[in-house]
Amino acid sequence: MSYAPSPAALARIEKTMALYPEKLAAILPVLRVVQAEAGFISRDAEAWVAARLAVEPVRVREVLSFYTLFRRAPGGRATLQICRNISCALAGAEDILRFISEKLGIEPGETTPDGAITLVTAECLGHCDHAPCLQVDGVDHGPVTRETVAAIIEELKAHG
Amino acid sequence: MVESEVRLLPDDDRSWRLEAYLRRNGYQAARRALTTMSPEAVVAEVCKAQLRGRGGAGFPAGTKWSFVPKDAAGPKYLCVNADEGEPGTFKDRLVLLRAPHALLEGMLIAAYGAGLRTAYVYVRAEYAGLAARLDEAIAEARAAGFLGGRVFGTGFGLEVVVHLGAGAYICGEETALLESLEGRRGQPRLKPPFPATVGLFGAPTVINNVETLAAVPQILARGADWFLGRGLPGDGGTRLFGVSGAVRRPGVYELPVGTPLRTLIEVHAGGAPDGRRVKAVIPGGLSAPVLLPDEIDFPLDVASLARAGSMLGSAGVVVIPDGTSMLDVLRLTARFYAHESCGKCTPCRIGTSWILKTVDRLRRDGGGPADLDHILRLADGIRGRTLCPFGEGAALPIRALILKFRGELEQAAAR
Ligand SMILES: Cc1cc2nc3c(=O)[nH]c(=O)nc-3n(C[C@H](O)[C@H](O)[C@H](O)COP(=O)(O)O)c2cc1C
Ligand code: SF4
Ligand code: FES
Repeated sequence: MSYAPSPAALARIEKTMALYPEKLAAILPVLRVVQAEAGFISRDAEAWVAARLAVEPVRVREVLSFYTLFRRAPGGRATLQICRNISCALAGAEDILRFISEKLGIEPGETTPDGAITLVTAECLGHCDHAPCLQVDGVDHGPVTRETVAAIIEELKAHG
Repeated sequence: MVESEVRLLPDDDRSWRLEAYLRRNGYQAARRALTTMSPEAVVAEVCKAQLRGRGGAGFPAGTKWSFVPKDAAGPKYLCVNADEGEPGTFKDRLVLLRAPHALLEGMLIAAYGAGLRTAYVYVRAEYAGLAARLDEAIAEARAAGFLGGRVFGTGFGLEVVVHLGAGAYICGEETALLESLEGRRGQPRLKPPFPATVGLFGAPTVINNVETLAAVPQILARGADWFLGRGLPGDGGTRLFGVSGAVRRPGVYELPVGTPLRTLIEVHAGGAPDGRRVKAVIPGGLSAPVLLPDEIDFPLDVASLARAGSMLGSAGVVVIPDGTSMLDVLRLTARFYAHESCGKCTPCRIGTSWILKTVDRLRRDGGGPADLDHILRLADGIRGRTLCPFGEGAALPIRALILKFRGELEQAAAR
């Protein structure tokens, strides 16, 4: 199936492209708009972005495979990123990660069978004074405990 | 108290808007610079203030600006490094959260001094919410005539674009940031040429950290001597020191450059919580070699930390408490660098992944002291043989962990 962004997404793409003297420079914001709407970057979307930026498809692929933000397959409706770097590790991040993993029944990198939550580990989220911390779709939480994490998960499952 | 009179960060998260910033005399320094000073005088003032880069390398900001060729035709750029990814660092977050207009005013002054007309602020993906706030602040400043064309009625103008990253620690390295901003994988460039002559889109470019630029208005408002007097000769001003880990009051502390590390930890951050003791301190983000508890009687400035065999880096202090397994810390450190190496040069790509494999062998049956020596050899094989400072930033902390905690690591491995 071929890819085409919605008119609203296309308008955002045009607007962002106008901010740079070279088309390729807009690739991260453009991919961000595509992923925000479609949930992931399909092969067809890759081809569309390449054509729009007037570059070979490999340029898009090498960017997609470098940055951790982008997905090339569908993920959960919410993404839970848990920091496992130094300050969070000192505050028990591994225990929180195990707890979440058991509660969701998935390993980091996986999505729950109901499609509600993708769990990923993160390096320092820049919130070290709130360790251990995590981020859900861009919203910071911390310091978290098993109890607060359980509540966050319930909330996501209920509204997902 | 005189020290606390002038502060970069307001105490709360609500005073970030233009109106509040103007009440704190905001944009008056930029007005003074643009309407009464020549660009050269602005750069000279910042040189005299000895404002050292707050991003990690500690390079004097004024000197960096003076490298931009004055007569070059075509565009020149300012790139603001808001990629804050050094583990244990969270100070730029607070600037974006509480003082976005201080950053914008500093950018305006820097751009005027170095003759730059377009700025890109590269914000890490995980700070997307803060980037949205910065966009709001930019809109406020534009509406008030502080950004855009003909600022303060002068012939000078500055356009600011906020650019979100996409998750990669290495994009904080300045040339990787440029590659990323141009739309490619964030892999560092060989220097020279330096960005000041060949930077973004091949044009002269200044790259500065968020906190560095946010400190600039203070210098123009009160003068270089005042700024220098707050810090140390050769390293002026106050800095935002982040403290996390085993302390009573983790957070960001705005203190004079040269404040003793011990004072920061024990007085400002409240020391270790009841019943805990300090086992080790990482003074400047994960890339800074670890210090022992009897090695923290140093002033916090670029030169002193270098003398102490570590580095001030991003001034993110991490306090490690007793009871922490240093083998776990070693493993975490090795994992981080192996995972984040951009892979462009072999000693770093292969070296960091072999170090991680060797740490893992150490943790399995049959690991032993020879593995520690092997890791030290691998770390030495990276040092001085890489394209960018990431290699050094990986090798040095790993080396320090082994040299300072060898006994514990050997015991842990034997178990
Ligand atoms: C691996 C690596 C990561 C870096 N990450 C950052 C960062 O997140 N933020 C930052 O401001 N500087 C970072 N730097 C330092 C930049 O390369 C550069 O020196 C700095 O942005 C210059 O600004 P300053 O002179 O104002 O400090 C990093 C350097 C390296 C080698
Ligand atoms: S030192 Fe590491 S991070 Fe830097 S260019 Fe080489 S491989 Fe990339
Ligand atoms: S180490 Fe977890 S947020 Fe910094």
